[in-house]
Amino acid sequence: MSAKRSFGRFFTENAVVIIFLLITVLAVKPSGLSLTYIIQEMLTRLGRNSFLVLALLLPIYAGMGLNFGMTLGAMAGQIGLIFAINWNIMGVPGIAFAALIGTPISIFMGWVCGVVLNKAKGREMVTGYILAYFINGIYQFVVLYLMGSIIPIRSPAILLSRGYGIRNTLNLDGVRQSLDNLLMLKGGPFSLPLATYLVIGVLCLFVIWFKKTKLGQDMRAVGHNMAVADMAGIPVDRTRIIAIIISTVLASYGQIIFLQNMGNVATYNAHDQTSFFAVAAILVGGASVKKATIPNVFIGVVLLHLLFVVSPRAGQNLFDSAMIGEFFRQFIGYGVIALSLVLYAWRSRKEALRAREGLRGLAVGATGVAGVAKAPAGGGAGGKAT
Amino acid sequence: MHNVRQLVADFGWPRIIIFIFLVLLFVGAPIVRVRIDSSLADVLNRFGQNGLFVLAMVPMVQSGCGLNFGLSIGIIAGLLGATLSVQLGLHGFLGFFGALLFSIPFAVLFGWLYGKLLNKVKGEEMTIAMYVGFAGVMFMCIMWIILPYTNPTMIWGYAGKGLRTTITVEGYWLRILNDFLAVRIGEFFVFPTGLLLFVALLCSLLWVFMKTKTGTAMTAVGSNPDYARAAGISIDRMRTISVIISTMLGAAGILVYEQSFGFIQLYTAPLAMPLSAVAAILIGGASVNKASMVNVMVGAFLFQGLLTMTPSVINSALQTDMSEVLRIIISNGMILYALTRKLKVAT
Repeated sequence: MSAKRSFGRFFTENAVVIIFLLITVLAVKPSGLSLTYIIQEMLTRLGRNSFLVLALLLPIYAGMGLNFGMTLGAMAGQIGLIFAINWNIMGVPGIAFAALIGTPISIFMGWVCGVVLNKAKGREMVTGYILAYFINGIYQFVVLYLMGSIIPIRSPAILLSRGYGIRNTLNLDGVRQSLDNLLMLKGGPFSLPLATYLVIGVLCLFVIWFKKTKLGQDMRAVGHNMAVADMAGIPVDRTRIIAIIISTVLASYGQIIFLQNMGNVATYNAHDQTSFFAVAAILVGGASVKKATIPNVFIGVVLLHLLFVVSPRAGQNLFDSAMIGEFFRQFIGYGVIALSLVLYAWRSRKEALRAREGLRGLAVGATGVAGVAKAPAGGGAGGKAT
Repeated sequence: MHNVRQLVADFGWPRIIIFIFLVLLFVGAPIVRVRIDSSLADVLNRFGQNGLFVLAMVPMVQSGCGLNFGLSIGIIAGLLGATLSVQLGLHGFLGFFGALLFSIPFAVLFGWLYGKLLNKVKGEEMTIAMYVGFAGVMFMCIMWIILPYTNPTMIWGYAGKGLRTTITVEGYWLRILNDFLAVRIGEFFVFPTGLLLFVALLCSLLWVFMKTKTGTAMTAVGSNPDYARAAGISIDRMRTISVIISTMLGAAGILVYEQSFGFIQLYTAPLAMPLSAVAAILIGGASVNKASMVNVMVGAFLFQGLLTMTPSVINSALQTDMSEVLRIIISNGMILYALTRKLKVAT
């Protein structure tokens, strides 16, 4: 009985990971891809995506759920890259320059996001999601209409032929994979972008260190219970805003790392799915809305991208249609997010119910004890029955 | 003075600004040589096209399920009905109402499942609804390829299977409601009587329903769940009913949209549709937990008015196409405004 229950518990707690693992393992064989190819893809994609997913951690600690507003940071990073190309700054300095431009913009964006989310406590996720759409409109306005007309752009090559507005696709030749190639480790058929991994490692250390600082502890307290944290004298709103600002700045760096690996930017769409991929990854890795660890990030990136690599080929081979694989991976991505949100909401409701029943049991027990002092066992039984 | 201020506070500044903006667009239209009568006809047309989506928001808001970000579930049911009707080669009114008839069982089934799910996640409905909607649309993308449709107007010519991305309803039930009793005034203005009648019919049906015992119980569940429970109302049942109605209205909504627009849009097309409906009802003055028929009418008219007038007027004035950007900013700004407002009941 108890073994069965603990298995059931293990399953519900890890349902997302287990289901995902099953689907992916089943899809590897029909894809017909070689193991070497898959491993190399994973090494590349870990470098490309991990930083972005790590950016989600702090808001989860602060109890703000999955930060769909990270897209704001991604847009800031893209603006940084546009200026790096504009002034033709090449290589690693170009990336550093993009990050330098992106930082103040993403700090401001993060502040805006934090203030807005503080006004929507309890529905941060849907608000963050809509905020990302809203800022996307402003981003398009700035990049499509203001750049080249009001904001000076030196390089005519990146402007639309009408004279203002940035082209739909930007070539990042100058900075393409410059961070990855800085320290490329080659062993056998594999190559590992060590510099990128080092940057990701430093970020992990930062997160671990940050959790131990006063601010990090405050963040966890706020995430645990805002009212209690407030009574303990922690400035709740301020702490939440800081969590979002750090997340947004990290997202802007993450997007720059992502794009330097890709080698080009779809100026108006590159950020559309940033939060979708990052959120799906961390959830696939076993995180929930309230709890996430660094291992969740890496497990998630590997699992999600494993599926992304194999599913189009598997779709092609199984159903004779690559489109099916493409739709399937999007279905799985959205489905995973929905499933883990449902499981989390369902579980926390059950826990709240159990806690309330516990209280009721106590209350009945107490009245039982007070009312019929001779029969405390009856009170206890009454408590259990409810 | 106090009354005016109270009125403004009730109506909300964003709504007033949008209203003034729309009036300015109509005033400015003749200056940039945009015809008022044809614009007005467009606005009416699009109002009817999208009205039911906006109406579909009402039951769920009233029962406390929040804004239906998962309206795409209903849209999918409608698409199934539409494709079935075309597959069977039904024409005219028979085609349109056949599609409606086919889509209702799907809508009830999907709505029932979707409602059950939302009952398990009270308090988190909106985020989850959004992702359930996305996942449903993506699942149907696979289905549109696999399902064994055979009508040559619907499937890809070269592959011989899989539905096209857009399917024309010309020759089946194109503008069947729009042209019913349509009144033509002058060269550019057509009043789409049938379309507006159909929308008005469903609006009044819902209005009557909300006044019945079940409808009142539903509103009670939304405004005060504890009171409703004490009065012996099954909260979960009321919520499920509201979701089913919303899903059915979504299905009817996409059919009305298609017959007016002329095409059945499959695959990823339904992804963005719920957001504009959400934005419209919020522009109309609804909040996350309260919505009325007036909100639907005002919202659909203002939102569609903006969408119609900004491209034509702003583009003629500035010689550039800023409509898409404006649409993104205004509609999402509106949703954001509603989400961040303190609930009056709570404070």
